[in-house]
Amino acid sequence: MPAAAEIILLCALAVIMIVDLLVDDPKRFVTFMLTQISLAICLVATIATSSVAAVHTFDGMFVSDMMTTVLKAGVYVSVSILLIYSRSYIESRSLCRGEFYTLSLFAVLGMMVMISAANFLTLYLGLELMSLSLYAMVALTRDSAVATEAAMKYFVLGALASGLLLYGMSMLYGATGSLDIEKVLAAIKSGQANPNVLVFGIVFVVAGLGFKLGAVPFHMWIPDVYHGSPTAVTLFIGSAPKLAAFAFVLRILSGGLQPLVHDWSQMLVILSFLSMAVGNITAIAQTNLKRMLAYSTISHMGFLLLGILSGTVDGYSAAMFYVLVYALMTLGGFGMIMLLSREGFEADNLEDFKGLNARSPWNAFVMLLLMFSMAGIPPTVGFYAKFSVLQAALKTGHLGLVIAAVIFSLIGAFYYLRIVKLMYFDSASDNAPIAGTQDARILLGINGLAVLLLGILPQSLMALCARSIQSSMIGF
Amino acid sequence: MLGIPLLSLVIWLPIAAGVIVLATGGDRNANMARMVALAGSILGFLVAIPLYTRFNPLIAGMQFVEVEPWIERFHVNYHLGVDGISLWLVLLNCLTTPLVVIAGWRVIEKKVAQYMAAFLIMSGIVNGVFMALDSLLFYVFWEAMLIPMFIIIGVWGGPNRVYAAIKFFLYTLLGSLLMLVALIYLYNQSGSFNILDYYRLPLSMTAQIFIFFAFFVAFAVKVPMWPVHTWLPDAHVEAPTGGSVVLAAIMLKVGAYGFLRFSLPIAPDASHALSGFMITLSLIAVVYIGFVALVQSDMKKLIAYSSISHMGFVTLGIFIFNAIGTEGALVQMISHGLVSGAMFLCVGVLYDRMHSRQISDYGGVANKMPMFAAFFMLFSMANSGLPGTSGFAGEFMVILGAMKANFWIAFLAATTLIFGAAYTLWMYKRVIFGAISNSHVEALLDITPREFLFLAVLAVGVLGMGIYPLPFSELMHASVNDLLVHVAQTKLQ
Repeated sequence: MPAAAEIILLCALAVIMIVDLLVDDPKRFVTFMLTQISLAICLVATIATSSVAAVHTFDGMFVSDMMTTVLKAGVYVSVSILLIYSRSYIESRSLCRGEFYTLSLFAVLGMMVMISAANFLTLYLGLELMSLSLYAMVALTRDSAVATEAAMKYFVLGALASGLLLYGMSMLYGATGSLDIEKVLAAIKSGQANPNVLVFGIVFVVAGLGFKLGAVPFHMWIPDVYHGSPTAVTLFIGSAPKLAAFAFVLRILSGGLQPLVHDWSQMLVILSFLSMAVGNITAIAQTNLKRMLAYSTISHMGFLLLGILSGTVDGYSAAMFYVLVYALMTLGGFGMIMLLSREGFEADNLEDFKGLNARSPWNAFVMLLLMFSMAGIPPTVGFYAKFSVLQAALKTGHLGLVIAAVIFSLIGAFYYLRIVKLMYFDSASDNAPIAGTQDARILLGINGLAVLLLGILPQSLMALCARSIQSSMIGF
Repeated sequence: MLGIPLLSLVIWLPIAAGVIVLATGGDRNANMARMVALAGSILGFLVAIPLYTRFNPLIAGMQFVEVEPWIERFHVNYHLGVDGISLWLVLLNCLTTPLVVIAGWRVIEKKVAQYMAAFLIMSGIVNGVFMALDSLLFYVFWEAMLIPMFIIIGVWGGPNRVYAAIKFFLYTLLGSLLMLVALIYLYNQSGSFNILDYYRLPLSMTAQIFIFFAFFVAFAVKVPMWPVHTWLPDAHVEAPTGGSVVLAAIMLKVGAYGFLRFSLPIAPDASHALSGFMITLSLIAVVYIGFVALVQSDMKKLIAYSSISHMGFVTLGIFIFNAIGTEGALVQMISHGLVSGAMFLCVGVLYDRMHSRQISDYGGVANKMPMFAAFFMLFSMANSGLPGTSGFAGEFMVILGAMKANFWIAFLAATTLIFGAAYTLWMYKRVIFGAISNSHVEALLDITPREFLFLAVLAVGVLGMGIYPLPFSELMHASVNDLLVHVAQTKLQ
C-alpha cells in the first residue's frame, strides 16, 4: 500500500488535535511526544512500503518509488529534529500551543503529497496544504508586528507564485491534454503538442518554481520571512520544505518536461547565476544572522539549480544530495541560534556569537563545522555537495557558470568565516550560561559531527541519491 | 612490518593524537595537553622513520602504495604513495611538529589544548597532501589544511590577526577553487581522479594552458610567487611563532610540490611554453623581493620576505627543466624548511622575552645571550647561503642548473647570494652585535634547555645537510629523472 504513511499521518493528526484539546500548557509535552511518535511511525511505514520500482496508486495520481522514500524519510527526520531543537524555544515564547505541532504535521503531510505526486493536481494540492500551514505558522505570534508583516508578505507572494504555477500548468494542459505527468511527457515526446504553448507554459511554471525555491529574481520574500518569523518557524521553512520543493521541481521539469530540457535549462542558468550572485554578495552586508542565513539559502538554491539545469541523471542526483546536505546544515545552523537564545533574548545577531569558543568550546566547534560546511570547505560534507553539482554542470559544458559559481562561493566563504572569527577570535560580550534542553544539545552535537563524518565518508549518501534518481527517472 | 598501512599511520596518528589532546586536556588541564601533544608528535615522527629506512631509491615510481575505494560514485580512491619527491617533505613535516610543540610549551598559555591539537591535526593533514595520489583526496587535504592554520593565526596571533587570518584564508581559497574546476575537467575527460592517470591523458594545447593557469593560481599563491605573495608577510607577522614556523617550513613547500606533482606532468607542453613566464616571475621574486627584505624594520617581516625570495629559487629550479635544477629545487625546499623554521624560532625566542619584533628595539643581545647568538649566527649564515650550510647546497645546484639553461638567468639568480647575505647579516648585526642598547636588552636571559633542544636539532639538520647533501639528492634521483623524462614528452596529438 504505497500511500500508507500519508493515511496514517492524517489519522494521527486527527487524534493529536483531539488529545491536545484535553491537555493544558504544563502537559503540552504529551502533544510533543505524540507528534514525534507519529513521525516515527510514518518513517517506519514509508520504509516498510517502499519499493525500488515506481508504484502508482489513486488512478495514477500518486507515485511511490525510491526517491520518494528517501526524501520523505529526510522530511520526517528533519522535522523531528527541528521539533526537538525548538521545544524550549517555543515554550519560553508561549508558542507552544497545540497549533504549532498540528500545523507542523499538516505541513509534513503536504510535503509528502508533493513528493509523491504524479499529477499536476496532486502536486498543487500538496503544495497548497504545505504553504497554508506555513503561512499560519509564521503568524503564530499574533501580537508581533514583524511576524505579522512576514506572514502577510509570505502569503501574498506565495499566492502570486501559486497563481503563476497554475497558469503555467493550465498552458501545459492545453498543449498536451493531460494533467498526468507521464501522459504530458508522452504527448511532448510524440511531437503533437504545440511548442509555442508549451514554452509559454514552461516560463510560468519555472517562475512559480523559482518563487517556491526562493531563486533570484523571485526571492524577495525570503529575507523578510526568515527574519520576521520566530526562529523555530524559520527553521521549519528553511529545512524540510526545500526537500519537497526539490521533488516538485524534479517531477515537473525532469519528469514531465525532460524533452524540453534545452528550453528550461536556459532559464535555470539565469536563475542560478543570479541567485548565487545576489545571495552571496548581499549576505556580506547583513548583521542579523537569520537574514544572513536567508541570503545564504538563496545562494544555496542557486547551487541546487546548477545541478538541476544540467538535465542529466548525474545532475539530478547531485542536486538531491545537495538538498539533503543543505537541510542537515540548516537544521544545525538555526538549531544553534535557538540553543543560544533564552527567555526574552534572541541570539540572532552576529554579535551574539562573539567569544562562543570561550563560553562553550564544543558548541563553537559544532558551529565551526556547520559554517565550513556551508562554505563548502572539505572535509565537511558541504564540499561534496558543491563538488558534485559543479561536476555535473561542467560535464554538460557550463564552464562559464561553473567558474562564476566558484568565485561566488569564495565570496560566500567570507561571511561564513566571519562567524568563525566572531566565535574564536573575539572575546565574549555575553557570559550567560548556554540554555537549551539536554536532548537538543546532544542532538546538535550529533548534527555537527554528522556534517564531518558524512564529509569523510560521503559515498553511502551519494550512492543512495544516485540510485533513487535512477529508479525514478521516467523522463529518460 | 608487512601489512601495516604505514602511510595511513603517518597521516592519522597525529590527527588521532590531536583529537585525544582535545578530549583529555581542557583549559584547566594544560600540562596534560602538552604531554599528550608531545608524545603524539614524537610518535608521529617515529612512525615516519621506516619510510626512510625502507625506501628503495632505485625505484622511480610510488612506494608504500595504499589503494582503497573511497567514493565509488565518482571513482575516487583512498590512494596514497610516496616517491623521491614527496618523501623528504613528509619527513620534514614530521620533524617540524615536535619542534613546534616544544616551542609552544611555555609560551602558549591560553587554550593550550586547542593550540596543540591544531598543530597535530595540521601535521597529519599536510602529510596527506604530500602522499595523496588521488586528486580529490589531495584537494580535500589541501583545503582542510587551511582550517587549523586559520584558527592558529586568528586565535593566538598578534594584534592584527583577524585581518591576516581572513586574508590568508580567502587568498588561498581563491587559488584552490580554480584548481578544483581544473580537476573536475580532468575527471570529465579521463573518468578518473587518479593523478597518475592524468599523466597519460592527452590534452590539447588550449586545454593544457587553461589547466596550467588554474593550477598556477593555486600553487603560486601557496609558494608564494610574486605578485600573489602579499598574504604571506601579513600572515607571518601576525601568526604565533609556531604558526610562522609551520607556514614557512611546510605550507610554502606544498605549492612547489604541487607544481612538480600536477602542473609539470599533467600539462608538460604548456609548462614548456610558459617556462619563460615562470622563470621571469621567479627571478622577480629572487631579486625584487630581496630588495624589499632589505628595508624591513620588523624581523619577522624580513624573514617572511626572505622566504619569498628563497622560494623564488625553488620555482626557478623547477622550470629550467634539468635534473640538477629540479633536485636543487627540492634540496632548497628541505633546506629552507629547516632554515626558515629555525629563523622564526630564533625570532620567537627573542619575542618571548621582549615582546617586540622591531629590529630597532634590539642591539647588543650577544652580550647577554651568547649561546643564542651562536645559534642565530649559524642560521643566519645558512639563510644567506654560506657554503657548509644547507642553504648553499640547494642554491648552488639551482644556479648550476640555470647556468646550463642560460647565463643571464644564472647571473640574476646568483645575486641572491649577495642580497641574502646583506639583509640577513645586516639584521643580525643590528640585533646581536654592538653595545647593549637599552635596559630591556640588559635584562635578557640566555636560552633555556628547552629552547636549546629545538635549536640544536635544527642546527644539526642544517649543518648535516650542508656538509653531506648526497643522501638527500640520492633518494630523489630516480623520481626526478622519471619526472623529467615524462615532462620532455609531448601530450599533444
